[in-house]
Amino acid sequence: MRSRAIVTVLGKDRVGIVAGVSRVLAENNVNIEDISQTIMQDFFTMIMLVTLDEDTISIPTLQDKLDSVAEELGVKVTVQHEDIFRYMHRL
Amino acid sequence: MLINPEEIKETIGMIQEQRLDIRTVTMGLSLRDCIDTDGDRLQHKIYRKITEAAGNLVGVAESLQKKYGIPIVNKRVAVSAISVIAETSDLEDYMPVAEVLDRAAREIGIDFIGGFSALVHKGETLGDTRLIDSIPRALSRTERLCSSVNVASSKSGINMNAVLKMAEAIKETAELTRDRDGIGCGKLVVFANIPEDNPFMAGAYHGFGEPDRVINVGISGPGVVRATLEKYPDADLMKVSEIIKQTAFKITRMGELIGRESAALLNATPGVVDLSLAPTPTPGDSVAQIIEVMGIERCGAPGSTAALALLNDAVKKGGAMATSSTGGLSGAFIPVSEDSAMAEAAAVGALSIEKLEAMTAVCSVGLDMIVIPGDTPVETIAGIIADQMAIAVINHKAAGVRLIPAPGKDAGESVIFGDLLGSAPVMPVSRFSSKDFVRRGGRIPAPLTSLNN
Repeated sequence: MRSRAIVTVLGKDRVGIVAGVSRVLAENNVNIEDISQTIMQDFFTMIMLVTLDEDTISIPTLQDKLDSVAEELGVKVTVQHEDIFRYMHRL
Repeated sequence: MLINPEEIKETIGMIQEQRLDIRTVTMGLSLRDCIDTDGDRLQHKIYRKITEAAGNLVGVAESLQKKYGIPIVNKRVAVSAISVIAETSDLEDYMPVAEVLDRAAREIGIDFIGGFSALVHKGETLGDTRLIDSIPRALSRTERLCSSVNVASSKSGINMNAVLKMAEAIKETAELTRDRDGIGCGKLVVFANIPEDNPFMAGAYHGFGEPDRVINVGISGPGVVRATLEKYPDADLMKVSEIIKQTAFKITRMGELIGRESAALLNATPGVVDLSLAPTPTPGDSVAQIIEVMGIERCGAPGSTAALALLNDAVKKGGAMATSSTGGLSGAFIPVSEDSAMAEAAAVGALSIEKLEAMTAVCSVGLDMIVIPGDTPVETIAGIIADQMAIAVINHKAAGVRLIPAPGKDAGESVIFGDLLGSAPVMPVSRFSSKDFVRRGGRIPAPLTSLNN
């Protein structure tokens, strides 16, 4: 089952954040459909809309894999099914 | 991107900084098919029904928590009122049923199980009497069991015999859990107009008009409302109401999402979303602080009832737009020990039981998690309950009373219950007696519903 999820990355800016997170996504066959990124006062925010095949990798498993790279990079990465945002902000 | 990045950031901020969570996913479960003349068989059937029907409740809730990245704090089960379920059996004492409910709850890993309950607003049957008699022992010897007794309704009035009996049960429960400051009373609510689909404890039970199994969701989020209002210190109260409505809408949508999906995964009927703001002892996650952010120096000061009325109404209006299936208690909760700013307001003398009673007239729940001196007479407790029941009955609303007469403690001392139950000062009660009134017994008749004034 293909699902869309939102990956958010928050933390202090440094070299290699986009590369590190994208590498984990690519390794797990997760496709990035859209990226928005801002840096405000050294604070890095990246939001990605991704699609994944939940039969291959579930959101909790992807979260676990991203957690290990997030720790290396010193950022916080969260993966959430897109419906939570859709439900909260749309009728 | 279809979803605006600002909206994504807002949602994540609500969850990660302002402690938005789903307070509880509660499965309402009918035990009517467990009724049996043989007490042992009854217990066996109850255990099997709960462990089979709700065996996956915790797993499903945990998987949804990960999928959506929103904490689901409690997983609970509410069963049919045990006074009815056990009545046909040969059990003369319902302690064994309390124990089997607790054991089933432990087996499936849920936080609480509710439904050790009776409905006696007009009078008692044998099953009701047996259940009420076993409440103090049941609550002192179990961990996760919650009990509620409905003693009043707008259609039938207030059963004052039951009010007095429940005051005695509260005193006895406190005494039997004396080593933990009477914590057993934290799991016992005396109700008027008890809802049949309430996901919140300790008053959750599965009503007799409900389907076999149903998922009811209780939302939380006072911290989100407080944090949002803090951004508008100069807004007038019309705008304040508007902001609360919008926030309540967003919070409720989370409940709707989790409720629908967990019901489907658990093969249960989707039930209600309880539009409640339920505080926790965590600083900031407080209903009292919302009132204070509106401009009341300390919760309990003049204006608090008006501020709470505004809050409660706006929460309902925003929530009702977000789900068509509202129910339970729906409104703001004002428990004292579970809300750190409420407990502080009581400790500094801003908040009294009498002011809390006034506030219950405009919000859901009632006098909740209030610690009173251990030597408070039974009749005074009965008087406090009767007052709350009267407010609920006359105003056609649900209300519960959860009082904890902490054994050996006097007004001004404090107790610490821990976890979600928090801590609180012992609040003084009136030293004047209600004895001759509550000892009259009988029933206060149902109110007239016309000639409204």
